[in-house]
Amino acid sequence: MRVSSSVFASLCLVFEICGIALFLRGFFPVPIKSSFSTKNRLSDFPAEPLTGSAPNSTKIPSPLFKKVVIVLIDALREDFVFGPSGNRFMTYTRHVIERGSSHSFVAKARAPTVTMPRIKALTTGSIPGFIDVVMNLNSPALLEDNFIWQAKTAGKKIIFYGDDTWVRLFPKHFMEFDGTTSFFVSDYTEVDNNVTRHLDSTLKRDDWDILILHYLGLDHIGHISGPHSSLVGPKLLEMDDILKKIHASLIARETEGSLPNLLVLCGDHGMSETGSHGGSSEPEINTPLVLISPAFKRKAGWEKPGTLEQVDLAPTLALALGLPISQNSVGRLIPAVFEETSLRDQLRYFHLNGFQLSALLRDSTPDYHKEDGYEQFRVAEKSHGNWMKLYMEGNTSEVLLNMGKKVLKQYLEALKAMSSALSRQLGKYDMYSMIVGMIFIIQVLLLLLLAMPEALSGQARVDLPVASALLSLPFYLLCLLFSSVHVLVCTSAGGSCYFCSLPWALVFSAIVFSSALLCTLVVMATRRLPTASKSPVKTSGSDWALSELDALLLIGTVGHTLSLGASSFVEEEHQTWYFLLNTLCLAVFQDVCRKYFREKRSGNYGADDSPLLPSNKGKEESSSQETSLFSPVAELGVSAGSEKWLALATPLLTLACCRLLRSLNQTGVQWAHLPDLGHWLNSAEHKVVLSLLSVVALILIFILVQRHCSLVSKIALALGLLGVYSYRAAVGNVLFPWQHSGRAVSKGTVEARFVYIFVLGILFTGAKDLLRSLVASTDGRLKSRGLWEVYSGMVLLVALLFRAHNLPTLACCLFVQTIMAQFIWKKLHYDAAQTTIMHYWFGQAFFFFQGNSNNIATVDISVGFVGLESYVEAPAIFLTAFSTYAGPLLWACHLVCYLSSERDRGTVALGHGSYCLALLRSVPAVAYAVLVTALRYHLFIWSVFSPKLLYEAMHTLVTAAVCLFFTFMDHDRSSRP
Amino acid sequence: MWDAEIRGMASAHAIIASSVFMATVMPAVLVEKFSVYGTHLVWLYSVAGSVAVVNIAVYWLLGIGPPTKKNTLSYKVSRLIRSCLYFLFSCLFFHTVVVLYGAPLLESAVETFSLAVLLSTLTTLRCLCILGPNVQAWIRVFSRDGAMSVWDTSLQITTGCSVVGAWLGAFPIPLDWDRPWQVWPISCTLGATIGFLTGLVAAPVWIHWHRKQLTYKIK
Ligand SMILES: [Zn+2]
Ligand SMILES: [Zn+2]
Repeated sequence: MRVSSSVFASLCLVFEICGIALFLRGFFPVPIKSSFSTKNRLSDFPAEPLTGSAPNSTKIPSPLFKKVVIVLIDALREDFVFGPSGNRFMTYTRHVIERGSSHSFVAKARAPTVTMPRIKALTTGSIPGFIDVVMNLNSPALLEDNFIWQAKTAGKKIIFYGDDTWVRLFPKHFMEFDGTTSFFVSDYTEVDNNVTRHLDSTLKRDDWDILILHYLGLDHIGHISGPHSSLVGPKLLEMDDILKKIHASLIARETEGSLPNLLVLCGDHGMSETGSHGGSSEPEINTPLVLISPAFKRKAGWEKPGTLEQVDLAPTLALALGLPISQNSVGRLIPAVFEETSLRDQLRYFHLNGFQLSALLRDSTPDYHKEDGYEQFRVAEKSHGNWMKLYMEGNTSEVLLNMGKKVLKQYLEALKAMSSALSRQLGKYDMYSMIVGMIFIIQVLLLLLLAMPEALSGQARVDLPVASALLSLPFYLLCLLFSSVHVLVCTSAGGSCYFCSLPWALVFSAIVFSSALLCTLVVMATRRLPTASKSPVKTSGSDWALSELDALLLIGTVGHTLSLGASSFVEEEHQTWYFLLNTLCLAVFQDVCRKYFREKRSGNYGADDSPLLPSNKGKEESSSQETSLFSPVAELGVSAGSEKWLALATPLLTLACCRLLRSLNQTGVQWAHLPDLGHWLNSAEHKVVLSLLSVVALILIFILVQRHCSLVSKIALALGLLGVYSYRAAVGNVLFPWQHSGRAVSKGTVEARFVYIFVLGILFTGAKDLLRSLVASTDGRLKSRGLWEVYSGMVLLVALLFRAHNLPTLACCLFVQTIMAQFIWKKLHYDAAQTTIMHYWFGQAFFFFQGNSNNIATVDISVGFVGLESYVEAPAIFLTAFSTYAGPLLWACHLVCYLSSERDRGTVALGHGSYCLALLRSVPAVAYAVLVTALRYHLFIWSVFSPKLLYEAMHTLVTAAVCLFFTFMDHDRSSRP
Repeated sequence: MWDAEIRGMASAHAIIASSVFMATVMPAVLVEKFSVYGTHLVWLYSVAGSVAVVNIAVYWLLGIGPPTKKNTLSYKVSRLIRSCLYFLFSCLFFHTVVVLYGAPLLESAVETFSLAVLLSTLTTLRCLCILGPNVQAWIRVFSRDGAMSVWDTSLQITTGCSVVGAWLGAFPIPLDWDRPWQVWPISCTLGATIGFLTGLVAAPVWIHWHRKQLTYKIK
C-alpha cells in the first residue's frame, strides 16, 4: 500500500490519539470509592465494642452542636488569618482565635487546588481524582456519599448562599439557596454582596440547622491583582465584619440547656504569589480552619495553629452533628473538637471513625490485612472492649482513666495509619490499559521513524507492506497470542481495567491492528536493514554532513524530549523553548552572515576558495526569476542592496521580539511572581497605555495580514479588527476615545458576535477560493490566496480571543512570520523539514509567550464566554482550546501557507512538512507517556506531570487536526495532473 | 614540524590552564573569606585577569600573532586602541546576547556584564592575540574550513568550547535544587571556564589525531 507522506502522517497521528486516549483513561483512574452503591446510614453504625456477652448498647452518639454556620472564603490563604495581614485586617477573628473559645488549624488542601475538587473534598472527605479538574467547567451533581446528603437525609435544614458550584453539585439539597456565578472574574464586590444581603434576615430566623456561605470576592481579587494587592485588605475587613456579625448573632441565640452552636471559618484553597491557584505550592495548599463554639475551652493567648488535612473537616462535622461519616471519607476526626466530651464518648467517636476507615480500606485493597493501620485498629478495638467491660462494671479508678487514654492513643495511631494508607491508594493506576495504550503509540512512533527515508524522499510516498503483513503466518500467531494474553489479564485482574470492560469487537480490532502494525514494522525494518548495510559509505559520506543548524535542530528536539523527565524542566518548559529559540535565531544569523559575507569576501579576495554553497547561487537566480510573484523584492518594494541588510537584521529583530514577549507574560513556577509587563498593563492606571498598545498592535496585524487577501477580505478584516477593539472597550479592558466615563461595563456580546460574523465571512471566502482552486486547478495563486484568507480568518479570531495585553504577542507573531518568510526561509533555501522544525519551535515558544504554562491554572476559561450569554459547552470548549493553542496553530497554519506558496519547491513540500510535524509531535508525546509511567510514584505526579500529560494529549489532538488540513491541501494538489 | 608545533601549543595551553587554577587558588590565600560561590565576582575577575595576562604574555613570547606590516609606534598604538575597542565591543555584544537569552535587564546587570567580560576574555582576547584586530581574518577563521594554521584550529576549538560551555551552563538554572552554584551567573561562568579548559585540552589532542587530514592551504 503506497500512501503519500501527508496521509501517512495524519493516519499515524489519528492512531496515536487513540492510543493516548486509552493511556489517559488508564492513567487517570476513577478515584477510589467503596463498591457499595448505597450511602452510610445511622443503622449501619457498629455497636460499641464490649468484651464479654453483656447486652450491647448500640447507642448512637449524641450530636454536639445545634446549628452550624460554615463561612467558606474562596482562596483564603493561611496567612490572611494567621499572618500579619490577619493581624491588621481580621482583628475580630484574631481576637476570637487568641482569646475566645475556639480551635484554629492550618488545613492542608491537596492538589489540584481548584474550587470544585476542594468543595468535594470538604463535603465528602475523600480526595477527588485529578480528572475532576477537567470536569470543573461543567460540574454535574455529586452522587457520592457526602456530608450535605447525610444532613439532608437526617432532616436538617440547610441554607446556602454563594458560589453556584455548590448548587450544581447538590441540587435539591438546600432548603434555600442563592448561587452567584464566578463568571465575571473582574467583579469582586457584587459577588459578595449577593451573599451578604441574605445574611441579616437568615440570622434572625430559626428554621435552619446548617448555613453555608461561600464568598468568592477574595479569589477574584487574587486573580486580578494578586495576594499583595491593595484590594485584599478591605476585603478581609469586610469578611471580618461578617464573621463578627454571625458570631454575635450565634452567641445571642445561645440558650441554657440546648446544645451550643458552631461557626466554621475555612478556605477552599490558598493563592500563589501571583494570585492564581491550581498547583501545590505552600501558599496554595495552606488554608486556615477556625472552629468557634462556646463548647470549646477559652484560649489563653496566641498559639501556633496545628496542621491537619482539609478532608478531616467532613468526618468531624458529621459526627459532631450526629450523622454518619460519608463512605469514601479518608479524613480523621479532629481530636480537639471532642476533647470536652466524656472519655467513653470520645472513644466511641474514634471507634466510629476507625470503623468507617477500616471498611473503606477493606473494600479498596485486596490485601488489607497486611496494612499496619488495620491491625492497629483491631488491637485498639479489642482494648476498647476491655475498657468498656471495666467501665460497665462501675470501675472509676485512676487506672481506668489511664487505660482509656491509652486506648484513645491507639485509636489515633490506627486512624493515622489507615488514612495515609488510603491516601496512598489514590495513585493506583490501571496499568493494563496504560501498557496497551503505550504499546500502541510506541508502535506508531517506530513506524514513523522507520518510514523517514521514504517519507522525506523526493516522491514523498511511503510504501506500507500491509498486504504482506496481513497474509503472513506471524500475524495470525500474534493475534492469537495477544487475544490469549488479553483473556488471561482480564480474568485475573477481576475486571477492574478499562480495556477489559470495552466491547469484545473493539478489543479484537485493536488486537488485529496492533499485530498488523507489528508485522509491518518487522517487514519494514528488514527491508531497511540490507540497504543500510550495503551503502554505509554513501550514508556516512555525503548525507551525514550536518550543518550546525541541523545539529542544533536535532539536539534541541532530543534535548527537549529528555528534559521532560525532570519536574523543574516541565514546570519551566518555556525556558527550554525560549533558550532553544534564541540559539536557533543565532544559528540562523550565523548562516545569514556566512551567506552574505562569504560572497563579499570571495569578491574581495578573488577565488581563494570556492563559495560555501556552490549550488545555491545558480539556483537562487533561477528561482528568483521563477518566483518573481512571491519574491520580497516585488512585495515589499525592497531593493536588492538593502535586502542583504534586512536579511541580516531579521534574526536580530526576531531575537528582540522574543525578548520583549518573554517579559510580557511571566510564566512557569519559580519566577512566576516576578513583575511582568502584562500585569503592569492590566493595572487600572495604565489603561491608556494598554489602549494605545492595542491600537498599534491591531493596526500592525491588519498591515501584516492584508497583503495576500482579496479586497473583500481586506475590508472584512479591517471591520473585524475594529470590532475587536470595540469588544475590548465594551468589556472595559481598553478606553474608547469618545467614551464617557460613566459607561457601564457589559459582556460585549454584541460586539463579539459582530466579529464572529466577519471571521466566518473571511473563512468562508477562503474556503470558497480553496474549493474553486480544487475544481478548476488553473491558478496556483487562487489556492494560495484561499489559504491565506483562512489564515487571516484565524488571526482575526485569535485577536478577538486574546486578552488586550496579549495583542502585541499576536502582532509580533505575524511580524516574525513575515520577515522570516521573506528574508530567511526563502533566501537561505532551507528545506521543508528544516522550515517545519523551525515553525514547530516558534509555535512552542509562542504557546508560552501568550502566557500559558504546563499548569492547568493558566488556561484562560473566560475565553469560552466571549460572545455567549451563558455557558454553552461545545463552543466554550472549542474557543478555550483554540485560544490556548493559538500560538502553535498559527505557526502550523503559516507553515501550510508558506510551503504551498513555494512553488519552486515542487509538490512534495507539504508532504514533508506534515510528516515532520507528526514526527515532532509524536516523539515528545510518546517519550512523555513512557516517562510518566516510570515516574508514576513521583512526589509531583499530580501537581506537575499529570497536567503536562493533559497538555501533551491536547497538543497531539491539535496537531492531528492540522495534519488533516495538510493532507487536504496536499491531496488536492496531488490530484491535479 | 608538526610535532614541534603541537608540542608548543600543548605547553602554551598547559600554561594558560594552570593560570586558571592559580587564579582560583591564589585569592584564597590573599583575600579573606574567598570562595568561588560566595565571592563569585572576585573569582571571576581574578580568572579573567590572569587568563588575559597569561594569554598576552604567552603569545607575545612565542611570537605567534598577526604579521605586522609596519613597526612604527603609532601603528602599534592604533592597533592597541583598536584591540581595546574590539574587546569592549565584544563585551557589549556578549552582554546583549545574554540579555536576549533572558537575563534580567536591569537587576544584576553587573553580574551579567561580568559574565560577558569573562566570555570575551576566553574568546575575543585570544582572537586578538592570535589574529590581531582584523575582522576579515576573524570571519575567515570562523567560517567553515577557514583555518590556516594549527593556531587557528585551536582558536576555533577553544572558542567553540567556551561558548558551548556557557550555553550548557545555563541548563541547571531552572532546576529546583537550591544549590549555591545555581545562582545567576555562577553556573554559566563555571560552564564557560570548564568549557575553556576542555577546549585547551581538546585542541592539541584533536589536532594530533587529525593531523593526517589537516592540510592548511597557506603556510
Ligand atoms: Zn476557590
Ligand atoms: Zn480562583
